[in-house]
Amino acid sequence: MTQDPAELPTDQTPAPAQTRAPGLVELEDVSMRFRRQSVLRGINLTFRRGETVCVIGESGCGKTVLLKLIIGLLRPTTGVVRFDGVDIAKMNPRELVKLRLRFGFLFQGAALFDSLNVYDNVAFGLREHHVCDERKTREIVLARLQEAGLPAGLEYKKPAELSGGQKKRVGLARALALDPEVMLYDEPTTGLDPIMTDVINELILQTQKSHEKAGIVVTHEMKTVQKVADRVVMLYPLSRISRNEPQVIYNGPAEGLDQSPDLRVRQFVRGEAGERLRELAQSRLSEA
Amino acid sequence: MAVATLKPDDEALRKPTTPVHRLGEHVFDVVAEVGDFGFFAIQALVWIVRKRLRWSVLTPIFYEIGVQSVAVVAITGTFIGMVLAVQAHHQFAMMGLATRLGSVINISLVRELGPVLAATMLAGRVGSSMAAELGTMRVTEQIDALTALGTNPIHYLVVPRFLGCLLLIPLLTLMADFMGVIGGAVISTRVMGVDSFAYWKHSRDFVEWLDIVSGVFKSFFFGAAIALISCHRGFNSSAGAEGVGKAATEAFVLSFIVILFLDFVLGLGWNSVYRSIWPENSGLL
Repeated sequence: MTQDPAELPTDQTPAPAQTRAPGLVELEDVSMRFRRQSVLRGINLTFRRGETVCVIGESGCGKTVLLKLIIGLLRPTTGVVRFDGVDIAKMNPRELVKLRLRFGFLFQGAALFDSLNVYDNVAFGLREHHVCDERKTREIVLARLQEAGLPAGLEYKKPAELSGGQKKRVGLARALALDPEVMLYDEPTTGLDPIMTDVINELILQTQKSHEKAGIVVTHEMKTVQKVADRVVMLYPLSRISRNEPQVIYNGPAEGLDQSPDLRVRQFVRGEAGERLRELAQSRLSEA
Repeated sequence: MAVATLKPDDEALRKPTTPVHRLGEHVFDVVAEVGDFGFFAIQALVWIVRKRLRWSVLTPIFYEIGVQSVAVVAITGTFIGMVLAVQAHHQFAMMGLATRLGSVINISLVRELGPVLAATMLAGRVGSSMAAELGTMRVTEQIDALTALGTNPIHYLVVPRFLGCLLLIPLLTLMADFMGVIGGAVISTRVMGVDSFAYWKHSRDFVEWLDIVSGVFKSFFFGAAIALISCHRGFNSSAGAEGVGKAATEAFVLSFIVILFLDFVLGLGWNSVYRSIWPENSGLL
């Protein structure tokens, strides 16, 4: 008989890194609801300086929402999100802008501005915030594009002329242009071929090492997890968790994922449908 | 069994139980939408004075709204004048008033048809395009990316479009008026055979500067309404191609209704002001 995953204990073992450095980003009892739909409930997480954390979980479990809460694009329905010990809900608009400049965000579809060419996309933040003159801006933009492994001459192309992998790399260059303290990656390798996936993983790894940034990588690619993660957090969809159970069902080192006592974690790592097939059959029956 | 188990509060939130619940929810949505639009409009107005925009941001948007609309507005204006001449000539000729045609055509054009139809055309051409562009930016997370880069999206995206519509739609209205006057005159004098001297003399006698000003005055409000409604629809576009298409359609339909409403309200207001200054005249409505 298969054991009920909901009854299994959740693994919230602290990672070794947690004892090394103070929390840079902290979420305390955070819940998020969009009208009738609850997306996150009772989330308690800490992200530390110099640490790369992968947030994994099925589609629709609230991974992207978590990133948007951290950068202040969304406000939690309840709970507190702190950056460097300061509650971001209590920040005024000017402080919030300053906070956002300490983050770099690589969006799922890169979110490059269609009307601007690659150069202007990467230079956008530098120009908007008058960080430096045009000569220095050019230096930074070209350096970031080179770091992202993009060929010379690409800077005058429009986003529509780029491939998926190139868009992601331009997005990464844009996110790094303002030299942020924390990098947020939203499914950086989704939709890319295996080679380009590895290229992006390498870039993330290089970025995290060379710039010594904190990194939060939302993904459901286990190769990305294996390559870049110091610690892994697994979220589980609210619609399927049982009463009184935390939505974070794993918070620990990447090496421990395979041996997690929670069946759901092991199934996710191995890519097995497991209980899900039974759930789908049950929901079809109840609909009928 | 590992089947989903919802907490009681989630179950309670699933769906309203009666039609009254649903009606209440709909009313709540409408009120929230109106409040959201008001807040959006106030933010746009505040950001105009709060931070200057770069010319490199303004110029392409002004070009798109102003220069790219010249042809469509000119054609619309010309045809309005020509159609007015064709439709009115027969009736006026029967009463022996064909030479008065110019006054009727031109006063209708500069007071009502020019501003309203130019604004309608621009709501279709510029408003729908703005809603679709901003809607696409919303669903592809470009608006979130702007915010993440420390830029206020209302300042960067809405203010230039608002200024473009506010300043350029009155100019385009003047152009529609001018082309309509030319179109009406050509048809009346060259095709219908109305005496050219009499046509222009009656036009000059009846159409005052204040008539032209009243039309242009209204077009400032039409421009502001088109920009705010279209940008708001785009900002609140739902996901997918259907959501963006819906935002573009809603932008046009709402803009058109608001243009007609504003035309009525501003006409009444202008009339009251005109009568209070020149009580002997009948007004401009």
